[in-house]
Amino acid sequence: MALLDINNLSVRFGDKNAVPVVDGLSLTVERGEVLAIVGESGSGKSVTMMALMGLVDAPGIITADSMQFDGNDMLRLGRRQRRKVVGKDLAMVFQDPMTALNPSYTVGFQIEEVLRAHLGLTGKAARQRALELLRKVEIPAPESRLDAYPHQLSGGMSQRVAIAMAIAGEPKLLIADEPTTALDVTIQAQIMELLLSLQKEQNMTLILITHDLAVVAETARRVCVMYAGQAVELGQVPQLFDEPAHPYSEALLAAIPEHSQGAARLATLPGMVPGRYDRPHGCLLSPRCPYAQANCREQRPALDPKRQSLARCFYPLNQEVA
Amino acid sequence: MNSQTPVTPADQSLLYPSPFKEFWHAFSRNKGAVAGLAFMLLVVFCALFAPWVAPHDPSEQFRDALLTPPSWLEGGRFTFLLGTDEVGRDLLSRLIHGARLSLLIGLSSVVMSLIPGILLGLLAGFFPRLMGPAITRVMDVMLALPSLLLAVAIVAILGPGLINTVIAIAVVSLPSYVRLTRAAVMGELHRDYVTAARLAGASLPRLMFVTVLPNCLAPLIVQATLSFSSAILDAAALGFLGLGVQPPTPEWGTMLASARDYIERAWWVVSLPGLTILLSVLAINLMGDGLRDALDPKLKNAI
Repeated sequence: MALLDINNLSVRFGDKNAVPVVDGLSLTVERGEVLAIVGESGSGKSVTMMALMGLVDAPGIITADSMQFDGNDMLRLGRRQRRKVVGKDLAMVFQDPMTALNPSYTVGFQIEEVLRAHLGLTGKAARQRALELLRKVEIPAPESRLDAYPHQLSGGMSQRVAIAMAIAGEPKLLIADEPTTALDVTIQAQIMELLLSLQKEQNMTLILITHDLAVVAETARRVCVMYAGQAVELGQVPQLFDEPAHPYSEALLAAIPEHSQGAARLATLPGMVPGRYDRPHGCLLSPRCPYAQANCREQRPALDPKRQSLARCFYPLNQEVA
Repeated sequence: MNSQTPVTPADQSLLYPSPFKEFWHAFSRNKGAVAGLAFMLLVVFCALFAPWVAPHDPSEQFRDALLTPPSWLEGGRFTFLLGTDEVGRDLLSRLIHGARLSLLIGLSSVVMSLIPGILLGLLAGFFPRLMGPAITRVMDVMLALPSLLLAVAIVAILGPGLINTVIAIAVVSLPSYVRLTRAAVMGELHRDYVTAARLAGASLPRLMFVTVLPNCLAPLIVQATLSFSSAILDAAALGFLGLGVQPPTPEWGTMLASARDYIERAWWVVSLPGLTILLSVLAINLMGDGLRDALDPKLKNAI
């Protein structure tokens, strides 16, 4: 059985008829897999994960046909049971390491807190384990770092501590929400390397939310491309990168600066992500899509299997066998 | 990335100063704040050891020495260092004993408004739809009334006296705590560490008091020091109006009020209590400024 199985998840803010922020998303993640979710800002990547963990607040409404994680029905899980699962088997690394740690407590205290809550470790045993975790995330001189406050650490070091906290409960699924966006380039590579080695070592499932397609190409086996709350293409990594089926995936790939070397301007996709009031009737990409036909503006395509991947498009690209 | 030279933990740990050391380093650069702190320590010392420090009993009347001027003036007597008042009580002893009362009023009114203020602020911040508007509107109404007028009204209802003075001052200074806490909470709630704590399964009370509250404390500490001084001022004002602590208790404001008939004959009975109020309020405000500079990371290293 798959570790995570989301079926037709929608998240709305406001009433039942509000424009969905996440729109009919279905996603299956196997154990030990690395899945990347890419898409521009506001495409619903983070909200999906928040919904999975039950952290969508008051005006938010979550609807789904099913949402299974490791045999638990996340939709019907009670508060108490959810607390046992989320945080232990399902952990998260955040975007900005500077705010992901509580400024009022030492690093050691914060890691030990997680250990106490989820593994029942206290006192010396917890401190010992916290030290091991810091060593595992390759923090130099971990003994003295335990008593450091977050403001005394650099960004990269804080992110390492945040990762240590996330893996403290030995999670089955680790969600990394743009873990390298706030770091500089050399540190980015180190953090990604660390995440992947931890993933292999603990046979953990990793969901990587990112803007950075280069990172995706190097790390993930499967990619989910999201646009305006919908999964527009879902496929294996080399295929999707070599021959994208969906025009949006193609546009994303074309927008990588390295692809425009020698050109006077970087390739862009004109227009903006549709907002609350200008959501198109047909395909969500139709106002921006260079290949759009008349029926693209009338009907919304479903996520169908194409030659190389699942894509939500009437006129998928790269269908002829080369 | 494994190429860092091994460092012995002993000298590494020296790199991290304790939070108190860091605070003191920032605080001690502000000379005014240190002076304020020194004066306040003197006042606290006087208050704690008043019966031993004061040369006389504060309510003992020396009938042969009414309105004696301070010792350095003509006609002054060395036993009454700062002179005596209209019924022959030693002014210095009364000022020293008055410090007890002023500090007591300041401290208890700050505590009595800080605790409910923090609770209401946390509730307003954590439940922005359920309780936020109701709590902030009530606080807005309280802020719309002049503070002294509100305090006078409360004392008028409850009757004059020490405890009622404290209650009145506490009620008057409540809104600023609620607003500060609410604003700080709303700022912190969007941070990732709060999400991380919720993710780790923190319950609501834990989230409120363990995760978020410590990060909101810096502005509250500053506000508490500053309202400590305004509590002393308000208490003095209420005492001057005859609504505060009642004579013969040696309270600075009350002393000022009962001596104002003699202002032309004996300036010291009015000036000295007034000067004491001025100096202690100034000292606390300087200290509060220093605290803000030391605790606010935005102002840190700005000088």
